[in-house]
Amino acid sequence: MADDVLFEFLHMEMVSHIYKDQASRGEMEKDRATCVSTLEGMGFRVGQGLIERFTKDSPSFKDDLDVMKFICKDFWINVFRKQIDNLRTNHQGTYVLQDNKFALLTQFSNGKQYLEEAPKYLAYSCGLVRGALSNLGMDCVVTAEVSLMPSCESLLSSSSSSFIIYHHTTPNITDTTEMF
Amino acid sequence: MSRQSNRTTDSKKMNAELFTLTYGALVTQLCKDYENDEEVNKQLDKMGYNIGVRLIEDFLARSSVGRCQDFRETADVIAKVAFKMYLGITPSVTNWSPAGDEFSLIMESNPLVDFVELPDNHSSLVYSNLLCGVLRGALEMVQMAVDVKFSQDTLRGDNVTEIRMKFIKRIEENLPAGDE
Repeated sequence: MADDVLFEFLHMEMVSHIYKDQASRGEMEKDRATCVSTLEGMGFRVGQGLIERFTKDSPSFKDDLDVMKFICKDFWINVFRKQIDNLRTNHQGTYVLQDNKFALLTQFSNGKQYLEEAPKYLAYSCGLVRGALSNLGMDCVVTAEVSLMPSCESLLSSSSSSFIIYHHTTPNITDTTEMF
Repeated sequence: MSRQSNRTTDSKKMNAELFTLTYGALVTQLCKDYENDEEVNKQLDKMGYNIGVRLIEDFLARSSVGRCQDFRETADVIAKVAFKMYLGITPSVTNWSPAGDEFSLIMESNPLVDFVELPDNHSSLVYSNLLCGVLRGALEMVQMAVDVKFSQDTLRGDNVTEIRMKFIKRIEENLPAGDE
């Protein structure tokens, strides 16, 4: 129904608006953190809703790894139109999802010039994933890292992002890591 | 994994829901940030405008529609090509003014409001005002100044959603000064 492009434009405009809005209200120091958490919060609510709609007819998941595989395949395909390229885990609650051509970053130019701006465009998606996981019963912290590589002669597009998921399996949790 | 059934239809549906839910999260955030509905309407219109000026390029690239000869042709292209391409619906073009400079787009269903109910304290909120901005911005990039507004809205109890578009003037292309 709605074209993918519409979501990308809406997302771009959302990020730009939230940052412009914060800037115009002064308070430069807490700018970045509030913007990121606002976007992340929006993503969270949407992720919760989305996953409810998407899995209402599916059987329940066997374990956490099954949930993560679902996120990497079906969820990612449906939201970002491709699968996660690489999933790694330390089997102790940390998962790293790597996407070599993240859909919301493909419009960025290759190279390191806009590396600093990239986190703004990942906040919403982190919230999306966190919301989805939360409704599947996994309470997590989701952060994202981008390392834009120069394109050289590689055939892959040059934006590679990793989503790192820390799953709180025990009550003794270390302090929540800084998002960006 | 065995969850293969209806993959493509699901993914189109998911994308639509992602867009709808994201839009909902955006409007909710705007309502939190601004005290009154009028301000939210204005912001939605502004954001829509920013999206529209970019969307028109995407539209022209995908649809290979030539230049429209008159406003009637414009109306048809908007309803039958653009709306269908981006929102999957085809509104009907009706209620032409005698001078031929104003018409209505009537939508039986508005995809943006799929899961939405307006609470009583937001009765003057034009929920889908982003659409007005998008149309205005897109048409401005093809040299038409138009005025777009909602005259009926299913969220406010009407049977259909109606957008009223009025042609104001043709925008002359201005060469930058000193470019003789």
